[in-house]
Amino acid sequence: MAKDKRLQGGLIERVLVRPELASVAGVVVVWGFFAFVAGDNGFLSLRGVATYMEVAAELGIVAIAVALLMIGGEFDLSVGSIIGASGMLLTILVVHFGWSLPAAIVVVLVLTGLAGWFNGFLVTRTGLPSFIVTLATLFAFRGLTIGGTRFVIGRTQLGGLQQSQGYDMIRPFLAGDIPIAGVSFPVSIVWWLGLAAIATWVLIKTPFGNWIFATGGDGKAARSVGVPTRRVKVTLFIATALCAALVGIMQSVAFGGADVLRGELREFHAIIVVVIGGTLLTGGYGSAVGAVLGALIFGMVRQGIVFAGVDADWFQVFLGGMLLLAVLVNHAVRRRILRLTT
Amino acid sequence: MRLRIAESGVLSGRPVGRHRAVTALLSFALMWCCLPACSPPEHSEEGPDLRVIFVTHGQASDPFWSVVQSGARTAGREVGVRVEYQAPESFDIVTMAQLIDAAVASSPDGLVVSIPDSGALGPSLRGARDAGIPIISINSGSGAAADLGSLVHVGQTEYEAGYAAGQRFADGGVRKALCVNQEVGNLSLDNRCDGFGAALGKAGGVMQILAAELTDPTESQQRIEAALRTDSTIDGLLTLGPTGAIPALHALDEGGHAGRITFATFDASPEILQGIEDDKIQFAIDQQQFMQGYLPVVLHALYLRNENLLAHEVLRTGPGFITAQNVTRLRELTRQGTR
Repeated sequence: MAKDKRLQGGLIERVLVRPELASVAGVVVVWGFFAFVAGDNGFLSLRGVATYMEVAAELGIVAIAVALLMIGGEFDLSVGSIIGASGMLLTILVVHFGWSLPAAIVVVLVLTGLAGWFNGFLVTRTGLPSFIVTLATLFAFRGLTIGGTRFVIGRTQLGGLQQSQGYDMIRPFLAGDIPIAGVSFPVSIVWWLGLAAIATWVLIKTPFGNWIFATGGDGKAARSVGVPTRRVKVTLFIATALCAALVGIMQSVAFGGADVLRGELREFHAIIVVVIGGTLLTGGYGSAVGAVLGALIFGMVRQGIVFAGVDADWFQVFLGGMLLLAVLVNHAVRRRILRLTT
Repeated sequence: MRLRIAESGVLSGRPVGRHRAVTALLSFALMWCCLPACSPPEHSEEGPDLRVIFVTHGQASDPFWSVVQSGARTAGREVGVRVEYQAPESFDIVTMAQLIDAAVASSPDGLVVSIPDSGALGPSLRGARDAGIPIISINSGSGAAADLGSLVHVGQTEYEAGYAAGQRFADGGVRKALCVNQEVGNLSLDNRCDGFGAALGKAGGVMQILAAELTDPTESQQRIEAALRTDSTIDGLLTLGPTGAIPALHALDEGGHAGRITFATFDASPEILQGIEDDKIQFAIDQQQFMQGYLPVVLHALYLRNENLLAHEVLRTGPGFITAQNVTRLRELTRQGTR
């Protein structure tokens, strides 16, 4: 393949075509804004940092996988439902059927992996847009969770995970706290940053990463040069479902239980965060680091408005505004890249 | 190479694009700066000295919760307390716990929370207690409130309220009733249906739960219509709030079931009161949620300024019943957003 002009040129050009550029600016602006408005209300305190990092981490874990999937040219709208399904399934297996927690986690991961494979299989076999296919599974998985839960335990919310076998062994890894200067930071932050590092390494350093870009950039061309685009997509769908399940499991372990509505709207939050992070909706361009920064912005806005004393009614206005702004910036970036590479 | 790119307009085009983005960001930020300033000025000579944050599971778009909010604001004005209101945009216990964490980290003088899931919110509420922030719970969670460190719970006990509704249904001869739940997963709402079912069951009747869509009235209406069409033996319908009641009202109208089916609902809204006046709704269970917003602010102020604490563990604001007898006066008040 001819050498991409994006890889040439001086440092400034290379920085300016990075997908994360806009989100770096976004992080600075949003942080600066809340530091100014709510700095003396505790936004700048370590405790304040911990609250928005936690929100960012839980969304970020899903967003990183969604970013890879979107670079590969597909959507997954079912992640929110998978968060709900995995947490509920775990709690039912452990509390209602008396399984040990580690065994239940393995089974939940296997089943959600299958759900991800099912999404990928439908999309790659039928050739239907993943937007529609996963919109269908969004409702199907959520409905299965609500219906199945009520069928098995007769209610929609279940607790008591703390008493289960293996809980004390598992908890530090999935829902533990890391004390820093007397403030506890949730361990999910480590997972978030660790997964970001792995995803970045895969994207930049491995052939599979190249395949992801090629699959999303121009699927037909990629196939004709021998990229197994179907396998790439199915793998990405499975990875996305597993990340969603990880978050669902973490939340259940942290809260000692689950309810059937967990994770609602997370599919849209994840896509918003990925787009804010500079990944294009059309595929073939984006980064995992961008998704991390997008999640950080989301967390700061979500929690920042509490510190600023603004009623939650306005959160969605801000979220929508951020999204629009990010898309406008990304659009401008893409036009520039097209001009650079042609 | 670099020069050619610059000449081709890419570099020269860049500052313009970035400038536009920065302008948009700034105007956005400006909009936010003026938001707190736009809210009505607090009524107090030297300005409010106390800051109380509400974190509830109820969206402001829900007519029920907007009355709670209105109660909180009224009390804030009257007692001189700065009141802030936070809630997730849909029923979402994880986000709610995180909002409580943020509220605690912002060190308010007092915290007011609803507790739809005591297990999930427990750690966050313990964090508030450890930080020395007094908590008053409202609406949901009367059973767990005291254990989680709430000074007092202001609300309605759900199972009993559902039971009272079930008794009225049974007295009216209902044999098979639907309980329409718009927030599956909210234990308090499940309790209402359970109490309702228990009272019906005691009289030899049956209860079925129907899940409705909180954010989509059309979808809810269609589900209720479908349920009534498929089973003609259903002769009773209980909804758990205006978000379920209004679609149910339309479903009854369009299916031609009005009059045949005994219909009652939790909570009141202008449409529900109109329905009672028109004899389409037999009664509404009123938990007088204005007080769930108003009282905690006053109680916090009394506690923080004067060390006053009530001896009650639960201040019961309901159940009260709205029927054709008292509906006219209440409609007047509902129009003002206080009932």
